[in-house]
Amino acid sequence: MEDRGAIKEADRAAPAAPRKPKATTVPAEVFGGGLYKTRDKVYCKSVSGTVRRWKWIALSILLGIYYIVPFLRWDRGPHAPDQAILMDMAGRRGYFLWIEIWPQEVYYLTGVLILSAIGLFLVTSLFGRVWCGFACPQTVWTDLFMAVERAIEGDRAQRIKLDKAPMSVSKVVRKSAKHTAWIAISLATGGAWVLYFYDAPTFFRDLAAFEVSNATLAMIALFTSTTYLLAGWAREQVCTYMCPWPRFQSAMLDEQSLVVTYQKPRGEPRGKGKGGDCVDCSLCVQVCPTGIDIRDGQQMECIGCGLCIDACNAVMKKIDKPVDLIAWSTVTAQQALEAGREKPRFRVIRPRTLIYASVLVVVSVAMATALALRPTTGLTVLRDRAPLFVTLSDGSIRNGYTVKILNKVREERPYTLTTTAPDAHLSVALGDLSVEGQSVTLSTKPDTVSTFRVYVTRARSAVPMESVPLGFIATEADTGARTRTDTVFLAPK
Amino acid sequence: MPTKIEKDAVSGTMTTGHEWDGVKELNTPLPSWWVYTFYATIAWAAVIMLLYPSVPALSGYWKGLIGYSAREEVMQDMATARQARAATFQRIETASLADIRRNPELFTVALAGGKAAFGENCAACHGAGGQGAKGGFPSLADDTWLWGGSLSDIQQTIQYGIRNTHAESRQSAMPKFGIDGVLTNAQISDVAEFVLSLSRRSTDAASATRGAAVFAENCVSCHQENGTGNRELGAPNLTTGIWLYGGDKASIMETVRASRSGNMPAWVELDPMTIKMLAVYVHALGGGE
Repeated sequence: MEDRGAIKEADRAAPAAPRKPKATTVPAEVFGGGLYKTRDKVYCKSVSGTVRRWKWIALSILLGIYYIVPFLRWDRGPHAPDQAILMDMAGRRGYFLWIEIWPQEVYYLTGVLILSAIGLFLVTSLFGRVWCGFACPQTVWTDLFMAVERAIEGDRAQRIKLDKAPMSVSKVVRKSAKHTAWIAISLATGGAWVLYFYDAPTFFRDLAAFEVSNATLAMIALFTSTTYLLAGWAREQVCTYMCPWPRFQSAMLDEQSLVVTYQKPRGEPRGKGKGGDCVDCSLCVQVCPTGIDIRDGQQMECIGCGLCIDACNAVMKKIDKPVDLIAWSTVTAQQALEAGREKPRFRVIRPRTLIYASVLVVVSVAMATALALRPTTGLTVLRDRAPLFVTLSDGSIRNGYTVKILNKVREERPYTLTTTAPDAHLSVALGDLSVEGQSVTLSTKPDTVSTFRVYVTRARSAVPMESVPLGFIATEADTGARTRTDTVFLAPK
Repeated sequence: MPTKIEKDAVSGTMTTGHEWDGVKELNTPLPSWWVYTFYATIAWAAVIMLLYPSVPALSGYWKGLIGYSAREEVMQDMATARQARAATFQRIETASLADIRRNPELFTVALAGGKAAFGENCAACHGAGGQGAKGGFPSLADDTWLWGGSLSDIQQTIQYGIRNTHAESRQSAMPKFGIDGVLTNAQISDVAEFVLSLSRRSTDAASATRGAAVFAENCVSCHQENGTGNRELGAPNLTTGIWLYGGDKASIMETVRASRSGNMPAWVELDPMTIKMLAVYVHALGGGE
């Protein structure tokens, strides 16, 4: 790993680089002139330090989760896939460890998304854009791609030199090596993505036998190409121009949130021997993955990765100044510093964080309760619309219903179907036979919906009005669990 | 009018030089790759327009270079579906009605096919779901049948119809007792009162007793002594609560006076397999025997 010595070396490698940092990535010629901004390529300098170490740890854990999770197994019995986390599109099920989600329960996923969003709000209001800087796939993969780039083409100065150099065999070799490595990583990314929708061992067997469908290959191609384009080429352009989050995350931040901050009162006036601690070495700009100058203050482009903190601390140590000229700090703390007051304590508990946290708790509890009380039976009753009712020869009234019993258990289960009307006579055709009576016993197929045509006949005198309420009750024979669905029974005027 | 390009004091961003009533526009240009992407989508649209049917003309339209047609695609899909169903249809064609009814797979297909054919051919009179309609179109969902409710009875009725010109058609005719002068108005009133008594709705016992004699003399040959009817002749059961032309006294008198004799066409234009599926469907509407 590089240390402070590396900074010196890099300085030597780029003697022609101007000492004065550029204040902005917009080239001077477009000021007031062009309608479109040409892209200034960001040559990100390598850096080491505490933050960088945390970023490597986050990267390893997140990529580890992404690539390992599809291979985790979970035994669900003989008729279900044994992949721990699987979105089984063909089987129309989502498997999350012990939880099995049916298509009509997709609101659980909505709930997870809501939880994620509120969690993001809470974390942002406390620690600024840590999601952007450490956990966002765009950041993680861009970091990985940059590491590969650095390994093949060298650090910032060498890369600038290589890009400026005329075409040569060594340039072509280096560039193609880099892109090959990128595409390999992208393929692994796209390949791992489909494993969340495709049983992993089966996928590799199918792949070896050339039996993977075109749709699957298209998905792999899509995720491979987007990974390659977004992490290899687009990089900070994604955060600045494509992602909506930076545009509205300021609504979650306040003057008490920790954000990456250049401590202006301490640093200014910048420059060697000017009085401030900032020696204007421009390293904070050189290491920035989005190519901004943190000394310009909070900016939309800043992803809060904190690499400038590492870069600056290395310099501060070298020139024997206290570290953290650039640090995670709050607007309140900076105002106190400027006014010469004592640094205020970082406040975790504020109305904003309390509100986000309580919403988070409420939604979590609601979801956990809903999940725990989730029934294993569904009962749907559709009343016939044509005919609305049938008058039988003895004057009694018959209504037809389509009763659907959803058996979410992976074994056949018998149910006793009754109604809330004690006089109602039920009749269900089961193949050639028909079962009749006040209650009928129906056997349901495992793990699916069983549909029954149910005729309910009642004496004319039992139905005094055109429409009376009628409830269907399915009682699971083994456990006695009751599921009720209400409908109506219609009769002539 | 572009005036002076200057640096905005608050944001530090350059202005475009445009100013409206003192409001100046900041220059925050789009990245150029963005506009190139936009141009690429325009080019893409042009290519799609060339390849696929797109621009309408006064007559016809641009058909596209690759000859794609959504209509043809549907036709192909339908042909594929027909092919996929052919085997099942063949089994339905050869299987007996009872076998179709017993086999869950054939039964499901027959129900679906029968429902579609019913909607096209039968629902106009019998109503969707076979609930029947006023004016002589019987309900097919209740438990009474004029000509029989077994699978084969239903098949026979659908195939050849009722009181039409086809040689195999179900035939019968009730005399026009009033118009033809067989019964007087008083006799008609009495016999109607007796018919009401068959379903225990008579309010005039004396008239009903007089009507019983009229009934015995004129009606029992078809409707039977106890009024339960005769399916061989399509003579309805008069003892139930179901009345095709109305069960009140006036309606019954009108039926006796002028007779009704509704009819149904012979569905000779439907192929035998469709008739079979229709029979299975109607049988399953709720009244099949």
